[in-house]
Amino acid sequence: MDNKPLFIAGHTACAGCGQSLAARLVIEAAGANTIVANNTGCLEVFSTAFPESAWNVPFIHSLFENCAAVASGVEAALKFLGKKDTTNVIAQGGDGGTADIGLQALSGMWERGHDILYVCYDNEAYMNTGIQRSGLTPFATNTTTSPIAEKSFGNPRPKKPMPEIANAHGIPYVATASAGYPQDIQRKVKKAISIKGPKYIQIHVPCPLGWRHESALTIDVAKLAVETGLYPLIEYENGKLTARQIQPKPVEEYLKTQGRFKHILNNPEAIKQVQEVADRNIQKYGLRLEKSA
Amino acid sequence: MFGPLTTKPGTSKANKTGSWRVKSRPKFLQKNCIGCKMCTVVCPENCIVGKEKNAYYCEYFFCKGCGLCANICPKKDILMIEEDKEEKEKK
Ligand SMILES: Cc1ncc(C[n+]2csc(CCOP(=O)(O)OP(=O)(O)O)c2C)c(N)n1
Ligand SMILES: [Mg+2]
Repeated sequence: MDNKPLFIAGHTACAGCGQSLAARLVIEAAGANTIVANNTGCLEVFSTAFPESAWNVPFIHSLFENCAAVASGVEAALKFLGKKDTTNVIAQGGDGGTADIGLQALSGMWERGHDILYVCYDNEAYMNTGIQRSGLTPFATNTTTSPIAEKSFGNPRPKKPMPEIANAHGIPYVATASAGYPQDIQRKVKKAISIKGPKYIQIHVPCPLGWRHESALTIDVAKLAVETGLYPLIEYENGKLTARQIQPKPVEEYLKTQGRFKHILNNPEAIKQVQEVADRNIQKYGLRLEKSA
Repeated sequence: MFGPLTTKPGTSKANKTGSWRVKSRPKFLQKNCIGCKMCTVVCPENCIVGKEKNAYYCEYFFCKGCGLCANICPKKDILMIEEDKEEKEKK
């Protein structure tokens, strides 16, 4: 870690914001020789309220949809200047900016092979505009555009499989991480920037306001998502999968911590469907820790 | 020029976000601290300072009182105490 803090106090994120915590961990792990391009979204809004900035690295705010394209241009310019080998480029944004509106630019960045680390801060909805569902909102979540009603128990769709979509581009490094595991985030960022080519890390970041939990529980809630199998911590290195092993807890333990799932707590059928999501993850990624005798 | 350019980096400390605290704030007891640094690692404000054990403290000018530091402390050496109105006004 460098002496000069790279992401400082005075930003205007909500108390207990998982995204502000993760963003600091990422830039600390990447180090001072880094240029950041950032989609529109909470992170950019709360860290760069004009005329101040919480960043101590060069920072460029793109549009909502084109952060990966802007970062591609930055990387190409650094190459031309002969400075790419000493400078990291990070492109980052929220789940909406990454998995929905920015996916086209991101796919292009991967496919053209730019030497960029893309970080998606996954708070599972469009938080900055008031909790609208995104492609990364999980099944059964109550959001303002997937509200609960007589015939609806929230978001009817599962999360878009972004790590798989990234991996299908044949890029050298794809990982998921979680605000509940700060050291793991930093290890993955360091590994990613040591690899040449396009990289993708998706970090699960609780949003106390949008998920409706106490601000002091951000870390606990993030951990439970991993421990239930709902947010597997995986890595694809050149396509080869490794995953953090767990002794799976029932999904209720995670669901009951948050107001956004309150409506399904006495709906066994809905809970069963969420449990199936976790079970599929556990199966697919081989998450279950085999007990050694 | 393309609209607003922020030319000075690292300037957000102009916002004294500590005024946001409503209920409680962390008190660093500095008794059983083992210097594990977890409070500094999880602080979303990056406003906890310290290097040696039993010498960590919080910059209340910026602390929003989220409680993550107290929650993660393995020695329960950080307590969330009720916000003292008078003291808050002094700061
Ligand atoms: C083209 C365009 N459409 C819509 C918006 C409005 N907008 C700003 S931030 C935002 C939500 C961002 O959501 P996400 O990317 O998930 O980041 P979060 O705020 O949740 O961190 C939206 C819809 C915009 N700035 N530009
Ligand atoms: Mg979001």
